[in-house]
Amino acid sequence: MSKKITSRRDFLKKMAAASAMTAAASLFPGIMFAEEQIRNIKTSGNLKWTKAPCRFCGVGCGVLVGTENEKAVAVKGDPNSPVNKGLCCVKGYHQTICMYAKDRLTKPLVKKNGKYVETSMEEALDLVASKMKETIEKHGKDSVAMYTSGQSTIPEGYVASKFMKGAIGTNNLDCNARLCMASAVAGFLTTFGADEPMGCYEDIDHADVFITWGNNMAEMHPVLFSRMLDQRLKRGVKIIDFATRTTRSSMASDKSILFEPQTDLAVANAIAYEIINNGWMNKDFVNEHCNFSKGLTNMGYGTEDNYKFKDEPTKINLEEYKDFLNDYTPEKVSKISGVSVKDIKYLANIYGDPNKKVVSYWCMGMNQHTRGTWINNLVYNIHLLTGKISQPGNGPFSLTGQPSACGTAREVGTFTHKLPHGVVMNEKHREHAAKIWKVPVERIPAKPTYHATEMFRALDRGDIKFIWTQVTNPLVSLPNVSRFTNGAKKDDRFIVVSDVFPTPTSDVADVILPAAWHIEKNGLYGNSERRTQYWEKMVEPPGEAMADAWQTVEVARRMGYGDLFPYSKENHEDEIYNEYRLHHEGKKHNMAPLEVLKEQSGAMWPYVDGKETKWRFNAKYDPACDNGKEFHFYGKKDGRAIIWQRPYEPAAESPDNDYPFWLNTGRVIEHWHTGSMTRRIPVLHQAMPHAYVELHPDDAENYGISNGQKVKVISRRGTTVLPASINERGLPTKGQVFVPFFDENMMINDVTLDAFCPISKEPDYKKCAVKIEKV
Amino acid sequence: MPIKSYLAHPHDGRYKELLSELSKFTTCDVIPSENEELAIVVTDTKDDFEDKNLQVEINSIKSLKMLSMVSGFETE
Repeated sequence: MSKKITSRRDFLKKMAAASAMTAAASLFPGIMFAEEQIRNIKTSGNLKWTKAPCRFCGVGCGVLVGTENEKAVAVKGDPNSPVNKGLCCVKGYHQTICMYAKDRLTKPLVKKNGKYVETSMEEALDLVASKMKETIEKHGKDSVAMYTSGQSTIPEGYVASKFMKGAIGTNNLDCNARLCMASAVAGFLTTFGADEPMGCYEDIDHADVFITWGNNMAEMHPVLFSRMLDQRLKRGVKIIDFATRTTRSSMASDKSILFEPQTDLAVANAIAYEIINNGWMNKDFVNEHCNFSKGLTNMGYGTEDNYKFKDEPTKINLEEYKDFLNDYTPEKVSKISGVSVKDIKYLANIYGDPNKKVVSYWCMGMNQHTRGTWINNLVYNIHLLTGKISQPGNGPFSLTGQPSACGTAREVGTFTHKLPHGVVMNEKHREHAAKIWKVPVERIPAKPTYHATEMFRALDRGDIKFIWTQVTNPLVSLPNVSRFTNGAKKDDRFIVVSDVFPTPTSDVADVILPAAWHIEKNGLYGNSERRTQYWEKMVEPPGEAMADAWQTVEVARRMGYGDLFPYSKENHEDEIYNEYRLHHEGKKHNMAPLEVLKEQSGAMWPYVDGKETKWRFNAKYDPACDNGKEFHFYGKKDGRAIIWQRPYEPAAESPDNDYPFWLNTGRVIEHWHTGSMTRRIPVLHQAMPHAYVELHPDDAENYGISNGQKVKVISRRGTTVLPASINERGLPTKGQVFVPFFDENMMINDVTLDAFCPISKEPDYKKCAVKIEKV
Repeated sequence: MPIKSYLAHPHDGRYKELLSELSKFTTCDVIPSENEELAIVVTDTKDDFEDKNLQVEINSIKSLKMLSMVSGFETE
């Protein structure tokens, strides 16, 4: 026995050293260590290694999971994955540790007289089905809802969509990707008529300059950032960080440019102004492939219940667009943005230089924005005006935060307005879905109902009486969350939570269904670059924990929809994926077959004639282009992308005399979103045990606050108390504070504002007004 | 019984001094790079208390510019 322990410790030490070597290689490509030590480290024990995409962020790194005696014991980067080429980040290495947390949910729990009582899965599923049915009978189909996730697998998202829209006949399905990706979706659809990036990560190997818009890639997408740093060492590429706060990314970049929150809209227009006025516009590309449009302005911010908005696009011409841009000269924009005229011209010059290939990256900074759709449109404008798009090393690229925000939320379509192919508003799309689902087309309602924020407002109001959440923790992640927590606790609401761990969301549940974790089931995720990746079940889930997709199937069957869900328990993920593929048949979105995905580290759709597509809309690479031209933006009927006239408008709430600070929220490298998994990984928890409030040193001095002292952050909605962090990881500008949101004990979302982009309905977690008090 | 790995970055010109200081800890394995000024440190301690003390001691080395953790395992 003692020998085994020694051997296991020795193995873990080697794993720890190998992880450090991989990390060192990402910082110093070509770094060498003593040969005899490397030889030792390559010993990998008697483990079975199986490929999977990482459980965490949207990069979709390929990992190899080592299992031994029915237990996952190690993770390493998959050298065969074109995404990460063997690299892994600190979260990735430790992901499987949380599976064995002591408080893992293993038995269904039902609330009786205010206390949770263990029950069997059969009884719990019976109760969920009967409550859902009873609620529909009493209050109608739109009184029940499901709220799922960008971490749901493709089969999980698909059966949820089929269950709600095809079986029950309500569009009350939305997901947490509304909180992170909806503006990117709306941006792609309004500009190109087709969702998701046209390029892929291979752009990193071709670009000359990377401009990151409000995006701390060094912490949030560290493996991609490492690939960029590697290219800097090999080819001398430049990285420019354009942000509202100095972060690890800013420090590692060649240039950091700071702007006042919300004024990215103005700066993007100023770049377009410079491109046109300096003669850098690619006239042939614009004439051949673009139209110009404008939409409504002064849309509001959605802070009131039942807020509605519908844009009304109007065609304009280049001259009108040029007139509009006259309000955005670098000199005018410099005054509101705080960005120097020189830096605005510098950015414009990079985009305008025909000899430089440029990739723009962004994530939550542009998406969690009350004008999120607009800022997405404006960055596309820059790439369209210069023709720097859909080519190796040239393109705009919105990164995702969750592992299947693209594959599940966007492609399967777990939003209220979406279907697996197309949208509920389109009759042909409804007919297409109904045919595959084998349901009457009239069962699928033509009108979207509630997006995430409004769904939880409806729960608070009582318009929704029953909600089932899967793979998400909304009562930590929603903005202005205390309203929704109180709403969920109201007497006649019924809350079902499927999860792996107890969370503040499961704390208000009437039924808690224990879920299987990532590698305890077969699954598929789709990452930011349209790559679909498959993994097989590697270990059994504990106790009665069950895959979320199968929970949905079981409830659907109990409600009388069994004929629509004819899958086998053992193989349901594969059967569901094969059915799902039917929705996307055709050259524009064909998904790779399972046998391909089982063999290799994923494939990018459209997958046509045995080949993935790396650059969409470019006839050289994309078989769906059929207009006889070099580029074909086939998402639009006339094959042309739209350059949008979108103005700068202020944030929903800005600092004033009473609340003089901007509040910006976000993430840290150690923790995944609300921390329900990573805070159960001791090494990550110890590295970052609690949240904090970052202050500028001048502000800290003015308030007499020193590092670690307790600070109360107060908004018009709520308060939270956190220790101060000054000159540590990040540095906010004067008049701004930053708080990460992973810590359920320091709930910053009690403070944030539930304002959202009127087009995408994505909330803005980056800007509201607060005051601070030393505690 | 924690096992952790770190990247240890020296202050400019003090790499050898850092390696020498790190080599004094019996609960550390040090793997120096041959062509960059960077060392891998793997710690193997009996409990959290010893692990925290060791971190404090390593961080007090004057030639150390930054110690960044890469991975960690709990063997119990």
